[in-house]
Amino acid sequence: MNFDFSPDQRSLRDQARKFLAEHASSARVRRILEGAAPYDAELWRGMAEMGWMGTAIPETHGGAGFGYLELCVLAEELGRSLAPTPFSSTIYLAAEALLLAGSPAQKKRWLPRIAQGEAIGCFALAEGPQVATPGNITTRADGGRVSGTKIPVMDGDVADFAVVVASETAGGPAGLFLVDLKGLGVARTHVTTVDPTRSHARLVFDSAAAEPLGAPSAGWPLVERLLDRAAVLVAFEQLGGAQAALDMARECALGRFAFGRQIASFQAIKHKLADMYVAVELARSNAYYGAWALSKDAPELPVAAATARVAASEAYYQNAKENIQVHGGMGFTWEFDCHLHYRRAKLTALMLGSARRWKDLLVTRLQAGAA
Amino acid sequence: MDFDDTREEAAFRAEARQWLGANAETKSGAFETWQSRYSGRDGYDGFERAKAFQHKKAEAGFAALHWPVESGGRALSPIYQVIYSQEESRYLVPRGYFEIGLGMCMPTLFTYGTDAQKRRYAPAALCGDEVWCQLFSEPGAGSDLAGLRTRAQRDGDEWVINGQKIWTSGAHWADWGILVARSDPKTVKHKGLTFFFLSMKSPGIETRRIKQISGASHFNEVYFTDVRIPDSQRLGAVGAGWGVAITTLMNERLASGDLRGPDFEEIFGLARSVSLEDGPAIANAAVRERLADLYVKTQGVRLTRFRTMTALSRGETPGPENSIGKLVNAPKAQEIASFAMDLLDMGGVIMDKDTAPLRAAFQESLLTSPGGRIAAGTDEILRNIIAERVLGLPQDVRVDRDLPFDQLPTGAR
Repeated sequence: MNFDFSPDQRSLRDQARKFLAEHASSARVRRILEGAAPYDAELWRGMAEMGWMGTAIPETHGGAGFGYLELCVLAEELGRSLAPTPFSSTIYLAAEALLLAGSPAQKKRWLPRIAQGEAIGCFALAEGPQVATPGNITTRADGGRVSGTKIPVMDGDVADFAVVVASETAGGPAGLFLVDLKGLGVARTHVTTVDPTRSHARLVFDSAAAEPLGAPSAGWPLVERLLDRAAVLVAFEQLGGAQAALDMARECALGRFAFGRQIASFQAIKHKLADMYVAVELARSNAYYGAWALSKDAPELPVAAATARVAASEAYYQNAKENIQVHGGMGFTWEFDCHLHYRRAKLTALMLGSARRWKDLLVTRLQAGAA
Repeated sequence: MDFDDTREEAAFRAEARQWLGANAETKSGAFETWQSRYSGRDGYDGFERAKAFQHKKAEAGFAALHWPVESGGRALSPIYQVIYSQEESRYLVPRGYFEIGLGMCMPTLFTYGTDAQKRRYAPAALCGDEVWCQLFSEPGAGSDLAGLRTRAQRDGDEWVINGQKIWTSGAHWADWGILVARSDPKTVKHKGLTFFFLSMKSPGIETRRIKQISGASHFNEVYFTDVRIPDSQRLGAVGAGWGVAITTLMNERLASGDLRGPDFEEIFGLARSVSLEDGPAIANAAVRERLADLYVKTQGVRLTRFRTMTALSRGETPGPENSIGKLVNAPKAQEIASFAMDLLDMGGVIMDKDTAPLRAAFQESLLTSPGGRIAAGTDEILRNIIAERVLGLPQDVRVDRDLPFDQLPTGAR
């Protein structure tokens, strides 16, 4: 047993951290926050040149063919830097859906372009403010066409194609469909969200051409499998963010004086920071286990993914929230970066379904395992 | 990142499995899982059985896998200890009597003792022939351990000890103890301490058991009246006892991360077996959410330990980050106990072993778990350790820092 990243993986992390410090600086993130563009295209091109999009895509499909552990390493750094790119939509969701269920032709069409950074993908599951379940999907797929409304779709406004969850009959089994967003019957509008550094859209499909992704019978289990895999990768983004929020709070507490002392010398602040450290370390350990399960496609993956997701969602939100508290009044101004993590923490905690939903899923899976 | 055994690890696992299968008793259910964590904490019969098992375990070479070969170990990496523990957890194996000696006293002896001392004491501790205790806390020196007042006065080649220790686990059955005492009250508190080990059978030692809120007596008060220790049993330099004590405490935090008492498995089992007003407890959304929280914490601590073991295997020393395990597990034990009793509603108060689920393990834990948040460093001290030693934040303001020990302000006692 060796429960840590390898020296090569750690050196990839250092390289990524250095690149992102320069190309995804706070000033660059803020350009997107303030609406200059839906995402940072220059950063996206830089990431493509580094070969990041192809990290877990096999070489036969134009990828680098490293693996999921390397992808986890990158995800943590992207989360730390708040990189405003469509990486998670494209790589953890769209590319994964293709790898899991795509036909040879579908893979051949999209994966090499994704690996090159030439195609952006998105995953269209939610249909408004409610829990998405196999029973309440109203988007219909019929005779190679889909109709319905998906909102919010992360990066749906900039994506080239979408992986759409739709059902063939009302209340019938839902499955995955591949839709070229440049085609007819697709209307998309930008949607404002709590985190403008990750662009979102409303996608309206009106008899848009759609290909089934995987056997129609694969249905909801395929959706869950996809979400489990993405949950591990997003957990690493959250981990990076949670660590960054702790680091910011620590710097602030060391640098600020009150009552004649560094505020970091007050137990109320020290204990808050200690709790943030505990949260991030427990989340890290759970994320590592998820990474192992993902990299081996182990039978433990469903439980490990749900555990990693719950721990990371809660740690990131806790640390982002407490980081503002440690900063005091300055912490809730536009000028300080605290709110960037606060926004991103809540966004990532909801983007694959809330921690509440994942906790329920976790217990269901533990029951199945213990039965 | 790999959970699979290497070829050597797999061979070792098979060896451990075979030995345990032939020498230990299999568990049959959740209660035994809990009981085995506690077994033999009380009662002389349990003690003798535990010693006999420890003897066999040491002979088979499983008692201290990472110790040096000359001390009876196998000089294996800590990962082997994890593998052995995984295998052993399936059996009813007595624990508790030897942890302080093997986990805290011997590592300190390895660092500060002479080769002759290591050869003399380590094998006897390993096979359970000699049991050790740790004489640190005092009535006026708990979290502020360096404020201890037990005196050590030099008299030729010997030291004369007078004073009182408290919260000494197992002093009533221990053969040997490690002791930190004040050798110079005229200097600042951390600098006037000296560290020793001594026979618990020495004349002038009196041990009195303390009855805890659970009714059990694991701890003792120990009184010293003109107890003599040869200078050859001093560990570390005169006045350098604080540094030696820190070595012991670091090992203690590494050793005491395990949760004693019912854990996630037991509360999960209970939730699957009892009914609430709206059906099975396991179907209740609020219950499910708390179970998930407990599982995530439990796994987080378990896996954090794997990360520590990986670091130790690379030759790193156990550091202050090991405070996490106890800081999370101790309050969790209290939460699990209270949550379990809530699920039982009015019946949750029953402590009758024949009526209460798990033979009243949750109720027992309600009464023992507050101690877990205090022993081996309070929650508050552990947070301070993380804040100061891991995150590098400033130390608490210490108004006694430059004062000689004998001029420190004390409350009326």
